[in-house]
Amino acid sequence: MPELSTLLAQVFTGLVLGMIYVLLAIGLSLIFGLMAVVNFAHGALFMLGAYFGVFLLSYTKSFWVALIVAPLMVGALGLLMERFLIRRLYGRSPDDPLLLTFGLSLILVEGVKVLWGKIGLTLDPPRALAGAVNLGFMSFPAYRLFLIGITVAVLVGLYFFLGRTNIGLIIRAGSRDPLMVRALGIDLSRVWLVVFGIGTALAGLAGILAGPMRGAYAEMGVTMVIESFVVIVVGGMGSLLGAVVAGLLIGQVVGLTTLFIPKAADIMVFMVMAVILLVRPSGLFGEAGLAE
Amino acid sequence: MSALRAIAARIATHPVLAFWIFFVVFPFIVPNRTMATQVLIFGLLAMGFNLLYGYTGLLSFGHAAYYGLGAYGCGIALAKLHVGSLWLGLISGFLLAALGGLVIGFFCLRRRGIYFAMLTLAFAQLLYFIGFHLSDWTGGDDGLRGIPQLALGLGPWRYQIDTTIAFYYFAYVLVGLAVLALKRILDSPFGAVLQAIRENSSRAEACGYDVNRVKHLSFVFSACFAGLAGSLDALRLTVVPVESLYWTTSGQVVIMTLLGGSGTFFGPFVGAATFLVLEERLSLVLESWPLVIGAIFSAFVLFLPKGIWGTLTGGIHGRQSA
Amino acid sequence: MDRRTFLATTAAGAAALSFPAILRAQSTEPLRIGFPLPLTGPFGALAADQQRGATLAMEELNAQGGVLGRKVEVLFRDDQLKPAVGAQRTKELIENDKVQFIVGGLAAHVQMAINEQTKKSKVLFISVSQSDEISAKPDTSPLTFHEALNPTITSRAVGNWVAQNLGKKWWIIYADYAWGKQNNMVLQDVLGKQGGTVLGSTPYPLGSAEFSAHLPKIQAAKPEVLVSMTPGADNIAFLKQVQSYGMKKSMRIAQPLHWLPQLKEGGPDLYADIYGGTSFYWELADTVPSAKKYVEVYQKKYNAPPGDYGAYAFSGVMEIARGCTLAKSFDSEAVADALRKNATYDHYKGKQWWRTCDNKSFQDLWIVKGREPGKTRGEWGLAEIVTKIPASEELDRTCKEKGLA
Repeated sequence: MPELSTLLAQVFTGLVLGMIYVLLAIGLSLIFGLMAVVNFAHGALFMLGAYFGVFLLSYTKSFWVALIVAPLMVGALGLLMERFLIRRLYGRSPDDPLLLTFGLSLILVEGVKVLWGKIGLTLDPPRALAGAVNLGFMSFPAYRLFLIGITVAVLVGLYFFLGRTNIGLIIRAGSRDPLMVRALGIDLSRVWLVVFGIGTALAGLAGILAGPMRGAYAEMGVTMVIESFVVIVVGGMGSLLGAVVAGLLIGQVVGLTTLFIPKAADIMVFMVMAVILLVRPSGLFGEAGLAE
Repeated sequence: MSALRAIAARIATHPVLAFWIFFVVFPFIVPNRTMATQVLIFGLLAMGFNLLYGYTGLLSFGHAAYYGLGAYGCGIALAKLHVGSLWLGLISGFLLAALGGLVIGFFCLRRRGIYFAMLTLAFAQLLYFIGFHLSDWTGGDDGLRGIPQLALGLGPWRYQIDTTIAFYYFAYVLVGLAVLALKRILDSPFGAVLQAIRENSSRAEACGYDVNRVKHLSFVFSACFAGLAGSLDALRLTVVPVESLYWTTSGQVVIMTLLGGSGTFFGPFVGAATFLVLEERLSLVLESWPLVIGAIFSAFVLFLPKGIWGTLTGGIHGRQSA
Repeated sequence: MDRRTFLATTAAGAAALSFPAILRAQSTEPLRIGFPLPLTGPFGALAADQQRGATLAMEELNAQGGVLGRKVEVLFRDDQLKPAVGAQRTKELIENDKVQFIVGGLAAHVQMAINEQTKKSKVLFISVSQSDEISAKPDTSPLTFHEALNPTITSRAVGNWVAQNLGKKWWIIYADYAWGKQNNMVLQDVLGKQGGTVLGSTPYPLGSAEFSAHLPKIQAAKPEVLVSMTPGADNIAFLKQVQSYGMKKSMRIAQPLHWLPQLKEGGPDLYADIYGGTSFYWELADTVPSAKKYVEVYQKKYNAPPGDYGAYAFSGVMEIARGCTLAKSFDSEAVADALRKNATYDHYKGKQWWRTCDNKSFQDLWIVKGREPGKTRGEWGLAEIVTKIPASEELDRTCKEKGLA
């Protein structure tokens, strides 16, 4: 049995990982909830977030500028993808956008190597966050605490955006009943565009936030997107609360199995999914029937 | 173009016969004979995938699982358990894949719609990690090596499979039988129900069909074809890498089928040949060739959803055509 | 055509005329060597180095008039770091492109898949990447040669040195797959023999990029040395996290292998004072004559110094040529016999030799240490050589232990 401090350290580590999952899953879930599109390129956009971060950092020398601009760049790319490619597929089988974004992810992963080379790049956290903070029971890297803080802030902002603004209201209504929203004379295609932009920007944010811990390399999003799918299945497709809870849960599952049974760490995520499917097929917070 | 279409239409009316005739001469009309067997095997794998996607309307992103189970089933039986018979090896692979299809199918069909693709992907990854860690049986990341290419016994008669051309005809007969089996399945009442489900799942349900059961059965059949492909590939290369179970294998199958034409009988074989030739040729001249494959695939999804064969035969996407 | 290209072309033309050997070489069927390597996939940078090394060998041989009057042609094929693709490309190279020999492969699993095909076709294969199995039963064969180091040699050499020089209280962290597990076993054994203690040994899932789970535990145990086997992208993530926990100050960090592309990726800030083993580092040019020659030619052509994997590839192709010349034949069996009979060679870093019972190459290796920021030697001088570990058959398992009596 490990000591309590080790356990707590691990819980914090799981929390950091969970935050990354939450950002990815919320973006996926938003896009899915409104448009019934599964964005397979989400992992590639996560990776691009880290690369854009490195690129901006080398030009502006400011991590803070990079932190804000990189997600916007990824979001802009998301807008272009939706407007010029994915939009052509609405009305066809819901599988088609998934297939298209799969193709796009192949292009992005390889394209990054053409642009930035085969060797990965490193991304340093700002000096102020480089060290460790003493939490009393252990020391914890400052950057990770910052990551937790930023994610919570973004989630709160998103909550107010969706809950208190007009466009947020439309987004939520659109994911419930698109026909009704259209009947009210609202142009849903513009809402789709906005949502795709927000969702992909969140993936980009997750990418630049993960960069200082892992570096940037072309394959970094490949397994993340699969794990994010698991988070969404566990949380319930289209449920934002589900994405948050399941993201944090999966983060803890990975963290704690790494500590206790390292061999099972990569299997456990999928076992959790299998159990959820058995006992609650619609996911923790999903409504049965949605998106089927 | 119209002449090509006419030929394609003629082939489409007798697909099984066309398969047996075309593939008997295939190794002699291609420049790369080593690849001919690969086309057969990956065509079979894509054909299994197509039964599920093209004919039942279920997009699986996890066919690596059944291909890999087939490969390991056959490889472990021959290299670890020393069963000493090629037939037993093939049957082991086939059965393990069928079992995998049965269990994973049960889980994945708990959710419908777009979930299905994500679940199949996730379960295939689960199998990959299990294969990775069970290294006593699977060889782990080193892969399973030393699978013997035993002679095929047919009563008193023995057939050696250890040359490329001999192996090709061994695979040709088995894949040809699988093609015949698929044709039988599609022409049976069961096949008609599959396509009814693809067109409109709720209507099929209203007609009194146990839709979930039919889907599950289609899933298992699909896994069986993939498993046979895996067994054959294990014998061909005498190794089973754990990457067989990795999701990129699933992605490849998806690309092949879409390129060739999903929901068409020959599309998977056309797609497998196109993909394998593209991969081999492109990688000779261009280092970032995966980018080109990704672009071609995306363009097909956008502009040519019927794929090469579907466009040639003029079959309407979503209807059965050969 | 500008003046410079014109001059270059005429010079080349004149050279061709004045060396009849080249003309003769080109008039016959070339000697073809197949070379599968992962040009795409996460180790693309190492594969690029391999391709350069092998190309240099080819050019050098052709400049000398080829091998036995035949021009040398190396056929590179992308194996995508996937064993099945490596096997397929090898089959095609042998059956369609009619190559006489195979050199290449990166990562143990792809090499062994390639080896299955070369064994079946009775084609000589020189493997140029780390693996313990490739030179042991049941994988090896009389036609399977292993030019690279292996986990046993590397970890015994590095482990002994670390125990004697950095400290005898270790914590080991390793990726949970064949390479990591093999190194872990060897290191534990080495430290036991040196009278040290392993305070802990932690496996982590390969590619997980998350180490902070283990770091507090390791920090609390206060080891003198943290030995890590964290390959590929994991290595950068590992060192970043170690650094952010402030552990670089409280303990020494050593790893069996340092790769130049990775030092470049991580930069001196990350790799400063991290010890590692290597089969070749370009600054050997200062002291070893054959290294000087190799580095100069490479640097001139590619404008960057060579790495260790490219050097293996260079040496592998050169050995094929040496074997053919000695055997006066292109027959795999004859060449293999010739190499075993004349086992000693030196292509790029000093004397090496084949042990005849397992076709394993024995060679020097070096301990290097990352230089601090500001103290690097140009763009690529990211490490300094600490010491040489001379080649010794004692460092590998015996042929008996490998199942080869």
